[in-house]
Amino acid sequence: MRTRTKLFLYGILLVLCVPFVFPTWWMITSSFKPNADIFSPSLWPSTWTFEPWRQVFEMQPFAQQYWNSAYIAVVVTLGTLVVSSMAGYAFARIRFRGQNFLFLVVLVGLLIPSEVTIVPLFRIFNSLGLVDTHWPLILVPMLGPPSVLATFIMRQFFITLPGELEEAARMDGLGRPAIFRKIALPLARPALGAVAIFTFLHSWNLYLEPVVYISTRTKYTLPQALTQFTDAYQGQLWNVQLSAASMTAIPVLIVFVIAQRQFIEGLAHTGLKG
Amino acid sequence: MTVRTPLTRRRFWTTRRRDQLTGYVFITPALLGSLAFVFLPLALVVWYSLHEWNVLADTFNFVGADNYRKLADDPNVPAVLRATAFFSIGLVVFNLALALLLAVLLNQKLRGTTFFRVLFFSPVVVSLLAWTIVWGFLLQDNGGLNGILNAIGIDGPNWLRSGGTAMISVVIVQVFKNVGLNMVLFLAALQGVPVSLQEAARVDGASPWRVFRSITLPMISPTILLTSIITVVGSLQVFAQISVLTQGGPGTSTTVLVYYLYQQAFQFHAFGYGSTLSILLFLIVLALTVLQWQMRKRWVFHEN
Repeated sequence: MRTRTKLFLYGILLVLCVPFVFPTWWMITSSFKPNADIFSPSLWPSTWTFEPWRQVFEMQPFAQQYWNSAYIAVVVTLGTLVVSSMAGYAFARIRFRGQNFLFLVVLVGLLIPSEVTIVPLFRIFNSLGLVDTHWPLILVPMLGPPSVLATFIMRQFFITLPGELEEAARMDGLGRPAIFRKIALPLARPALGAVAIFTFLHSWNLYLEPVVYISTRTKYTLPQALTQFTDAYQGQLWNVQLSAASMTAIPVLIVFVIAQRQFIEGLAHTGLKG
Repeated sequence: MTVRTPLTRRRFWTTRRRDQLTGYVFITPALLGSLAFVFLPLALVVWYSLHEWNVLADTFNFVGADNYRKLADDPNVPAVLRATAFFSIGLVVFNLALALLLAVLLNQKLRGTTFFRVLFFSPVVVSLLAWTIVWGFLLQDNGGLNGILNAIGIDGPNWLRSGGTAMISVVIVQVFKNVGLNMVLFLAALQGVPVSLQEAARVDGASPWRVFRSITLPMISPTILLTSIITVVGSLQVFAQISVLTQGGPGTSTTVLVYYLYQQAFQFHAFGYGSTLSILLFLIVLALTVLQWQMRKRWVFHEN
């Protein structure tokens, strides 16, 4: 390729980067600006203040909310891995009566956006006394439609495993559960990784459900908490809000930069949409 | 004879039977989950939609098809459907076009494409709310974008508060958030197109554009279909972005179906009517999925 063409292509790529990178940059730098010059169009704070980062914890029980989001996402991810790898394995590798029908029954969940069932689910959890607890945020993603997608992905993966491996294990006297645990699961690490990444991000980003179910501040999750930083007159405290947003985004971004290949391939091939 | 009994017993639990049992045990959590969190609420949403149900007034009366008549007469519904269609179509068109452009650029023999791939993909992993909030900040009347526009002598509109720009702003925010996913899928598809085919066409005197249109595009059409399905269905679920950026306004110009459903059910406490709107959403998702799979037969290129 000629140098001029190359320079031209790099130019286009750099320009196209702006809307992808600039918002994150702006979020982090603006969180260090005093609220008075929050709208000043400077790429770098002229005066640095760490006050907004402190105020985040004063205005909201932010550490508690952070913990809520983190533990919910971890529990949902672990639970989904167990449920989906077991079901995916059974549907892919074990022959049992009614298998195809039962698989179709489970797959129906893929057609139902969780927004469709939010009203009846709210009623169900309400009658169980579980509204304003974290149970709906854990149980529905772990066993409902998002978990169906995970089951589907695990099944597609287990189908590709060569049968000889299991035959050999069987000759050695291993039963099904042992074959699953010792042979199939270790081989499924890429698929499990993909499922773990998208499940974690899905839970981390969940917004409609917490807004509907949770009403106590100390029980809020991060996405819900991020919208609460206003002054006494409902004016937005941008720098505090952007500090909280930065704290929510930066840890995930760091993990992404370290493991970018797993993230990109895992997410793209599971087709998650926010 | 005393020896036979344990033998036949053992024979009942053949490998095959034991396998079957393991199969059922393994799928039980997923199956119960589906029944509890998919089928039960789906049945209930149909049942609720036949009722007038106000939580505040504590009324729950069977009204038959009244909610569906209300849906047909609701003056907001055409506007809501228009906003939903506008958002979905705008998102799919911008998203796929930009994803394809980025994928083609990253498919060139250039150094540093991995670096750019990471940058274009990074918004996907930025928390949705954080991304939306910072764009909301940038799009304020006196915000960053208008600051830049001012500097070059353009008086930018109040992006999120004027009817002409609110929806397009929400679309753009969402495009940049998730276009990385489709970009990666397109990139994988482009790398699967045999170079020999493209080179042969070039030798025959076809222009690069012609090669792209007549060879590359048809060969990646299955990916185009797949990404458009995922994007459309995903676009119908947009809620947080609307809730944070515009609250459905100005007027009803950005009130998409899910946001309207939320308002009716959880702000106005009309659970019956909210359920009817849920069914409308379900039918739209179902129809789109079926339609797009039908289209696959018509315009997707098959190698054999």
